[in-house]
Order: sequence, then structure tokens, then C-alpha cells
Amino acid sequence: MALIELKDIHKSYPLDGFDLEILKGITLKIEKGEFVAIMGPSGSGKSTLMNILGCLDTPSSGSYMLDGQAVQNLSADELAEIRNQKIGFVFQGFNLLSRTTALENVELPMVYSNTPSKLRQERAQKALTAVGLSERMHHMPNQLSGGQQQRVAIARAIVNEAPIIFADEPTGNLDTKMSVEIMQLFTELNEKMGRTIILVTHEEDIARYAKRIIKIVDGEINSDQRNKK
Amino acid sequence: MIDFSTIFSIAIRAIKANKMRSILTSLGIIIGVAAVIVMLAIGNGAQVTIQNEMKSMGTNLIMIRSGTSTSGGQRMGHGSQPTMKAGDGNAIEEKIEGISLAAPVLNDAGQIVYGNANWSTSIVGTDNRYFQIKDWSLAYGRYFSQTDITSAGKVAILGTTVVKELFGDVDPLGKTIRVKGIPFTVIGVTTSRGQSGPGMDQDDMIYIPLSTAQKKVTGISFPDMVNMIMLQAKTAQDTYTSQDAIKALLRQRHNLGTNKDDDFVIMNLTQMMEMMETSTKVLTILLGSIASISLLVGGIGIMNIMLVSVTERTREIGIRMAIGAKSWDIRLQFLTEALVLSLIGGLIGVICGLIGVAVISFFSSFKAIVSIFYILLPFSFAGIVGLFFGFYPAYKASLLNPINALRYE
Repeated sequence: MALIELKDIHKSYPLDGFDLEILKGITLKIEKGEFVAIMGPSGSGKSTLMNILGCLDTPSSGSYMLDGQAVQNLSADELAEIRNQKIGFVFQGFNLLSRTTALENVELPMVYSNTPSKLRQERAQKALTAVGLSERMHHMPNQLSGGQQQRVAIARAIVNEAPIIFADEPTGNLDTKMSVEIMQLFTELNEKMGRTIILVTHEEDIARYAKRIIKIVDGEINSDQRNKK
Repeated sequence: MIDFSTIFSIAIRAIKANKMRSILTSLGIIIGVAAVIVMLAIGNGAQVTIQNEMKSMGTNLIMIRSGTSTSGGQRMGHGSQPTMKAGDGNAIEEKIEGISLAAPVLNDAGQIVYGNANWSTSIVGTDNRYFQIKDWSLAYGRYFSQTDITSAGKVAILGTTVVKELFGDVDPLGKTIRVKGIPFTVIGVTTSRGQSGPGMDQDDMIYIPLSTAQKKVTGISFPDMVNMIMLQAKTAQDTYTSQDAIKALLRQRHNLGTNKDDDFVIMNLTQMMEMMETSTKVLTILLGSIASISLLVGGIGIMNIMLVSVTERTREIGIRMAIGAKSWDIRLQFLTEALVLSLIGGLIGVICGLIGVAVISFFSSFKAIVSIFYILLPFSFAGIVGLFFGFYPAYKASLLNPINALRYE
């Protein structure tokens, strides 16, 4: 059974009395352990698809099976629970809590899964060590470089043992050298730790790290192919 | 669900992040709580003062004074026509169920001399029941003996003010003083009672046996005359229920026909005191409620700042939601923040209020009295205000859509 299975997903928003259709029937399967890049020009619907895949939004119609569970009709709180257990997010703007140490930022998903404080710390330390930040655990985000902040975000995404990591333009705010480091880290997570990674980007260079590239144009899948390295 | 210590530390962190703003926000609560504490303490102080006065006057007290006389068409006021006898009091004590004690009082005033010192004071002719009713003990010395009372002994018990004015540091026991020219031996000194009511010094008095007052000191217009009889009822209820029986007995003893008015006046001091107590209670409630309004205004301040805070932290809320915070987690976070903010304000308010009470008590003769209840009441009220006014902002935060919240700049 596939980890992610979309069937004929539609999403439309009301606009000036009409329904603006952003996604026009997306059908897609992603298996456990894949490293997928979703590409597309702006306005293609890739962000909307990403939001639905990440359980931040629900489709207007169609079905979405995530890890064997139908999620298209769940309530906001049920989706929050799914996000907490199954999904780790890495955003373009890092989205760390300010005035909060790296360690505490990484602990955050476990705060909402009600993990005891001691276990939380242990696992957050392990995750930060895994992304190479063992020396920076008690730094505030504004004391860290962009690349380091993104590493904290990645540590936060993996700490709850979530099987899927969504990365939305994770290198958009980083220079080339740091981008390479971050992408290598994703590759490592995928290959050594078996995490499924879904990457949204518009940069060909970044998409090349993925093993499968899905191109979205005008709300539909334009191409879906294995990446020939 | 998120655990308490974590949510508490999140709240503290958020409050610390905007120290100045948090203090200003709490100021409304601080002032409100302090005002409530001070107002309640003032009201409470007034109540306790009245209760103490009541106790010093004697509990369950009824006073009977002579009636009014009319002289050339002018009515002369209570006590102007002497009609009461000490025997009336004894009869009441004996025959009326609800009355336990009756003390006769014959008032006079005059000059008292000891050596070179002299002092003008009130003279009370009475017997030991007077002290019993007032629950008044002697600082030293003894009460009147049976012989003093039956054979008009020239002995006196002094109030502390009189002792101070006449004797200074000298021990007055056994000394001879002259009351309106007649020599008396000092046998006792009462404990100090201080002021009663406006400007009445209860210690500026001397007490002599009733018989002595009647026969040797005060001119009386008929045998056994007194100005007043002080009665003590067994219970507060008896002060009301025994009045009719007292009235009937006195009318019979004074031979008043059915067409004649009473020639005495019964005053129920318990009733008066209860009325005064009720009015101070009303005053306390009034003062407290007015002060509570400032607490409510403080609550609106908290709501205002919490709404600003929710807007400012939209992105933070988005992050928390994306990571798995449920609507209840977000609501709890902002509710806790409002609660902590108001409780910190409440705590500082309690301290300020206590300082205010101490200052008032220090700079005026009025005793403002705080009790644990009157501290906990405004403090918990502050908490309730925080929760109440924190609810709407917290609810608003929990309704945010994570996608929009994450995009918020």
C-alpha cells in the first residue's frame, strides 16, 4: 500500500462569485521511502497541492489516503493530530519560534504530542546532533546563520519520527553553498534513515537531488518521471 | 493536550518578551485589586469599630429612661421628668423572663479634688450589675461590697482618665478624694475602655454606690429615684420580645391609666447597633463594588493587549498549528497568558493594597482591617476577570487558519 494516495483531487476557491479551480483532478501515488520533487511555475497550484498533501488544507473533492487513513474529510483538530504524528515541515522562511532556543524549537512537536519533558529533551538533542548542531543547542534563532536555522527546522521535522518530510522551497533563502549542505542532509535522511521526502521547488538544481520529479502546470500533473542522475 | 508546566513557561516567556507592555496592562488590575482591598479594609474596620463599641456598651442592652415633661407648653425631652426608680429595675429583673440583669443609673457631674489636683467629671451612682452588664473588669482594687451598697458607703471606683488627671503616677487605692466636697475612699480602678462614639471618653467617670449618690451627692426629687435603668436581655432576640412585657409592668408600677401616655422611654440599643452594623455592611459592599469596577476596566485592558498579542503572533500561532497544536492548545496558551498577567497584577495589587491599608492606619486614628478573605476575594476576582477577558482573544487565536497564519508577515 502506498504511503500517499491521491485520487482525482480538486480544489477551488470562490472568487468574485465564481469558483476558481486551482487543482483540476490530481491523481498521485507516493511510496514509502521516496524522494519526490514537485515543480511548477508560480500559480500552477503546486503550493495548494502541497498544503493538501501536508494536511494543512482539505480538498474540495477527491480522496486522499495517508498511511492507510482517509484524511480528506477530517476536522481541523484531527488534521493537527495527523500533522503532528505523520508529517514534518521545513519551510522557506525557516519558521522557528523567536526568543526560543534551538533545543526548545525542536522539542515543540513533542510538546503537542504530550511527550514527557525529559524524553523530549533527549530526543531533541539526538535530532540536533543528527543535523550537526550539537554545539548550538542553546542558541536563539537570531544567533544562528540561515543554514543553521534550516537545520534546526529539519531537526524539528524529524524529531517526532514522522515518516514524511515536506520541504517547501527549503533553500529559497539560502546561498548556494548552504543550499548544497541542506540538500545533502535531505538526501542523507532519505537514504540512511528511510524518510519519505516531498520537496516543492522551482529550481532545477535543487529538484535534481530528488529521485522523482513531478511537474504541475495549470492545476494538473504535466509530467511525472524518475530522475536520471 | 499540552502539559501545565510547559504552557505556564510559554506564558511567562511571552509576558517577559514585552515587559513594559505587560506591566502597563497589569496596572489596571493592580489598581483595581489594591482599591478593592483598601475599600474592604475601611468598611471592615468601620464594622469592627462598631462591634467593639457594641461590646463595650454591653451586649443585648436595653435602656429605660424617664419620660418627657411639659412645662408651659414646651416639651422638655427624655429624662426631663424623673419617674424611674431603682425598684422598677429590680422588678423587671425579677419578673420578666428575657431579662437577666437590671442596673440602676443615677447620673451627676461635679468637681473631684485630691490634694492640689481637681478635675470635673461625670459621677455615676450604680451598683455592681453595671460592670457586669458592660462586662467591665477592674484594673485593680475591688467592686462595691454589700455594706457599701446598703449603708451608703463613701467609696468610689475611678476611670483611668480621672486617675491620670488627679493622681498622676501615685497609687490611688485607699486615698481619699472629695466628690462635690464629700470625702470618698478610692477602692478600685476600671480597666481602660477608651472612646465610645463621638468624643465620649468612657474612662472619664467615677462610680459610687447608688444609695450614696441618692442620699449624699445628688439631689433627688423622690425616694429611690434614678435617671436610667440599664437592662441586659438573655439573647438579642429577647431585646425585642421582652419590650411589651417591660412596658406593661412599668405602666402598672407607675399607675398609668389606659388614657395616659408612657412616662418612660425604652431604647433597644441592640436594635440601634444592628442597624448601624447593617449600614456599615452596605457601605462596605458599596465601596467594594465601586472599586471592583476599576478591576473590570483592568480586565478590558488585558483583553485589548491580548488581541494585539494574538495579531502580532499570528505567525507563531501558524507554526504551532502546522506542527500539531490543536485549537484547544492555542486557546489554552493565550488563556494562560491572560490569567498569568492578571494574577501577577493581582499579586502586586495585593501588596500595594496592604501598603495602602498600613498607610491609612498609620496616618489616621481609623483602623482599616484586612482579613484573608478580603485579600483572596479581589485576588481571585482578578483571576476571573483575566479568564473572562482573555477568552475572546484566545478563541480568536484558535480559529486562525494555519496556511494564512504561516503566510502572515
